[in-house]
Amino acid sequence: MTSVLNQTQLTKEIDARGSFCPGPLMELIRNIKTANIGDTIGVLSSDKGSITDIPAWAAKARHELVGIQDVNGDIKRIVVRKTH
Amino acid sequence: MMDCPRILVLGGGTGGTLIANLLAKKLRPSEANITLISASPRHLYQPGWLYVPFGWQDPRSLSRSLKSLLNKRIKLEIGAVSKLDLENHRVLLEGNTQTASLEYDYLVIATGSRVTPEDVPGLSEGGHHFYTEEAAWKLHAALEEFQGGHIVVGVGGLPHKCPVAPLEFVFLLEEFLTRKGLRDQTKITYTYPINRVFSIETVAEVAAPLLAERGIEVETFFNLESVDPARKLAISMEGTELEYDLLVMIPPHRGAKFLEGSAIADAQGWVSTDRETLQVKDHPNIYALGDTTDLPISKAGSTAHFEAPVVAERLTAQIRGLQPEGKHSSYNGKVICFLESGYEKASILAFDYDNPPKVPTPSWLYHFEKMAFNKAYWYLVPTGVV
Repeated sequence: MTSVLNQTQLTKEIDARGSFCPGPLMELIRNIKTANIGDTIGVLSSDKGSITDIPAWAAKARHELVGIQDVNGDIKRIVVRKTH
Repeated sequence: MMDCPRILVLGGGTGGTLIANLLAKKLRPSEANITLISASPRHLYQPGWLYVPFGWQDPRSLSRSLKSLLNKRIKLEIGAVSKLDLENHRVLLEGNTQTASLEYDYLVIATGSRVTPEDVPGLSEGGHHFYTEEAAWKLHAALEEFQGGHIVVGVGGLPHKCPVAPLEFVFLLEEFLTRKGLRDQTKITYTYPINRVFSIETVAEVAAPLLAERGIEVETFFNLESVDPARKLAISMEGTELEYDLLVMIPPHRGAKFLEGSAIADAQGWVSTDRETLQVKDHPNIYALGDTTDLPISKAGSTAHFEAPVVAERLTAQIRGLQPEGKHSSYNGKVICFLESGYEKASILAFDYDNPPKVPTPSWLYHFEKMAFNKAYWYLVPTGVV
């Protein structure tokens, strides 16, 4: 996953560290809505739930989970591509 | 060194009124001229609109003269901003106002957010909400006529201000219908964009059992894509369709119109802001607070309330050529919100960038505190007493 991510050019990165409300997934959803098909969006999150919440939503909404990357300590970068 | 710096504050809501008053307290008249521009001469207490649909609050009691809340040395201009001229440090106003443009040395943007139901096809025609005074009145009329059926309540777009309000509304709605004797004839469905009933896990853990206890059905992973008013259908981007008799969906929000696509904001008008200094990126003489920013935090009056002292401290230090000092030298993400859970009980959420909220069990005490705060707001918050 990490090697795929290293080669992925992000269209946008959302810094959702410390965002409990509305939270990283809500930030991703609002950005996906206004993104173009094919755009790749990264979410920086310190919320442990994001590594399960975001892939679950991407699967439900039929977008592509490009990968999850360790950034620093508890901070992860989760990357999703808008597919439709 | 400029003679007497001109500070221009845009917006007469919680953030704009409070920051102007704090600056007027901190800076001597010889240190700065302060002008506030507001599109409306009234200051609105928007959290009160939650109660209007149930007839529990008269919206006329939720606004006051903006001038009456401002420190006497603040100059008030009523007018809608049409454009920011960043190069010439000017703000242009719409229409035939007495003042066509105002120049600034320092600018504070607190123009908030606005609902844009038109961003979701069919939502304006098919859905209700309570995020403007007019919409809250209309929903009140619809609920007065409602005789039973399926009410769908949820988040109709992101971002939206006051993140707990949809949850509060559905709890109050259930109480309202029970008191009216219509609960048995009514199915209530609450929808939410992600895989639980609220974004914060600790809040969802308290709210989910309450929803279940009161027979409120839940549809998660529901991001409203369109509404078909003719067939009375709410359709999600995940492919779920819900039939409704009455639809209450919080519309998506955008920043002020003049900010959409401007050099300091994105296409939806959210201003690119530093999460700690609250300075607008690449513009050290411009600050933003409240709903206006692109920060991934709650769009709520409480956010503006805790951000304003930081902007006041930093801007004062900047004018005086000093370093910001003390607990307000940077913003730590602090927000405090009440959560009404119906039947005269409420909980309270307090959190910041590093600490999620610990949610106390709903009790009458927090409900009483919220009711007291709703009344005390006018004396405490815009004036900067707390």
